[in-house]
Amino acid sequence: MAQQIKQPTTIQPAQSRQQVAHRTREGSPWTGLWAVVAKDMADHLTSARMRILEFLILLTAGGTVIAAMQNIRSTVAQDRFVFLRLFTTAQEPLPAFVGFLGFLVPLIAIALAFDAVNGEFNQRTMSRVLAQPIYRDALLLGKFLAGLFTLALVLTAIWLLIMGMGILGLGVPPTGEEVARSLLFLVVTIFYGGIWLALALVFSTVFRQPATAALASIAVWLFFTIFWGIIARLLAQAIRPIEVGTVQEVISQTTLLQILNRISPNTLYVEATVGLLLPATRSFGLVLPSQLQGAILGAPLPLGESVALIWPHLTGLVAVTILLFALAYVLFQRQEIRA
Amino acid sequence: MSELVIETHQLTKRYGNFTAVDSLNLAVRKGEVYGMLGPNGSGKTTTILMLLGLTEPTAGRIRVLGFDPVRQPLSVKARVGYLPDAVGFYDNLTATENLIYIAKLNGINRTEAYHRIDEALERVGLSHVANHKVSTFSRGMRQRLGVAELLIKQPEIIIMDEPTLGLDPEAARQFLQMIRELKEEHITILLSSHLLHQVQEVCDRVGLFHKGRIVLEGTVNELAQRVLGGAYRVKLQAEGDKQKLAEALQTLPGVVNLHYNGTNGSGEIILETTQDLRPEAARAVVEAGGRLQTLSVENPSLDEIYAQYFEEVDHGAAN
Ligand SMILES: Nc1ncnc2c1ncn2[C@@H]1O[C@H](COP(=O)(O)OP(=O)(O)OP(=O)(O)O)[C@@H](O)[C@H]1O
Ligand SMILES: [Mg+2]
Repeated sequence: MAQQIKQPTTIQPAQSRQQVAHRTREGSPWTGLWAVVAKDMADHLTSARMRILEFLILLTAGGTVIAAMQNIRSTVAQDRFVFLRLFTTAQEPLPAFVGFLGFLVPLIAIALAFDAVNGEFNQRTMSRVLAQPIYRDALLLGKFLAGLFTLALVLTAIWLLIMGMGILGLGVPPTGEEVARSLLFLVVTIFYGGIWLALALVFSTVFRQPATAALASIAVWLFFTIFWGIIARLLAQAIRPIEVGTVQEVISQTTLLQILNRISPNTLYVEATVGLLLPATRSFGLVLPSQLQGAILGAPLPLGESVALIWPHLTGLVAVTILLFALAYVLFQRQEIRA
Repeated sequence: MSELVIETHQLTKRYGNFTAVDSLNLAVRKGEVYGMLGPNGSGKTTTILMLLGLTEPTAGRIRVLGFDPVRQPLSVKARVGYLPDAVGFYDNLTATENLIYIAKLNGINRTEAYHRIDEALERVGLSHVANHKVSTFSRGMRQRLGVAELLIKQPEIIIMDEPTLGLDPEAARQFLQMIRELKEEHITILLSSHLLHQVQEVCDRVGLFHKGRIVLEGTVNELAQRVLGGAYRVKLQAEGDKQKLAEALQTLPGVVNLHYNGTNGSGEIILETTQDLRPEAARAVVEAGGRLQTLSVENPSLDEIYAQYFEEVDHGAAN
């Protein structure tokens, strides 16, 4: 034949490789990962959906921080951690910025992932993409990372904005510890978003309709935000009732309640936030999510001890994220690719 | 050339109790165009998905270019281009952007990718809409974009699942022309289709799928021989003694069957033959004292083979 075929010898090395790679899959499972991340991130950053959410978060950041600054200026300006109060100070009728983040971050995360997998099926691009030399692993992780990086990008931009507003408004630069604490707070917030991202990813694998996946994700979020606190209290009262009214009984009920509360990622996040942004926090015994500010007496903890205090929360958030991602992974691996 | 590039051995896929592909032995040679035919649900798409490593076989062995799609899916997918039925693209991206993503997933570097994309879009006639959003594309344009994607991958094998579905006749014709061009570049092509005359036009060999098995395989002429008896139809009209003419024609070597078209005496005589017997038929008519008026030959049509085969199957099933 006149024209040479480009790879006439591939069959030989292939057969020898076959023996080596008999059991395991060939190549890295992450081949093509960055191509997926780059494409999906570009999609996120140009989507109308993200524009709306960015606008929303910008609005709340601006509003709450300006309000907080007024509050800070009108009170004693002796606080060592005045920058951190930008995040935590509430000025009626607005809650503090961290309060807003508690529900804005899940919203953004869910918006980033609820149509990640089913969207590819619905656009009938799934089989075309998976017919390229990549594994499903790379596609799923790529989608997760694209969401996480987008979230990180948005939150970092907001963080910079707040710090900038703080420098201008308060007229002092932040101390090293303030920067460190607020950066850690940023990291915790991103990890908190990771949970909701992974959850939305699970639902986007389970449900073919993006709207169903979004609703299911929001239902879980509402459950933990609104109902779990009530359920936890009822459970604690039922399991560890206070019959006589001894201190022991009260403590045991409170402990159980705390454990139950921490099943909710919201609680983990709020506690971690409190630990980082209110340096005087020594334990989370009686702090409730609504009591973000005030009520904590005593000297501030060194940064290392604050981090140690919230370390379990951080690992908890990451662990749940990994579990949810693993679930999405298993579900996705089993799916038939016919679209 | 008879090097096998696709080979399956006792390939089986079960969904629960249902066997979608049943001990299939498929062999496709290098450089040929192989057509997969068969009724809906006969296992064509399932077979294709297994060849690409997108679905795991329940049993059996597959070799694609010497690779096992189960263990070495990346090697297979790097060398095989796939155009799914009802191909979809990212509507929010342009044609070029869609192709860049595919090029990146294939590890093609940027400059090379742009070069190949320009070339491919030119070839499928989409250069003028290269920077238009795919959401504005018609079905035919999407299909052509799918071919452009195959081209930038520069595959050794191309697998297409019902590629001409929903194309207008002109677009389908262009599509078949594209397939012929690819064949000229020695790319092996496996395609499934329900449009039999199109399959007949481009395929070197066809395999007829039925209930997860290949029940018939070969060139169209071979199939015709097996199913219809004769592969060619020589049609002629002649004046003369009907009886004598029929006798003379029927005894020609290679004639399988003779019948008349229409009921009245002036009808056409149709000979089912194993070869093109026009010269022999003409001489026989003359020797029998007849006057030949028209003479033509018709290649067997896949439509007929298909219809005849499944008629027999249904008949067999009814008994
Ligand atoms: N995930 C699944 N679960 C159960 N059965 C399935 C599944 N996928 C396919 N099937 C069955 O397998 C059979 C073969 O399907 P396949 O798509 O391979 O047929 P096909 O030959 O491509 O048909 P068509 O010409 O309609 O495209 C069908 O009967 C289908 O119902
Ligand atoms: Mg099919």
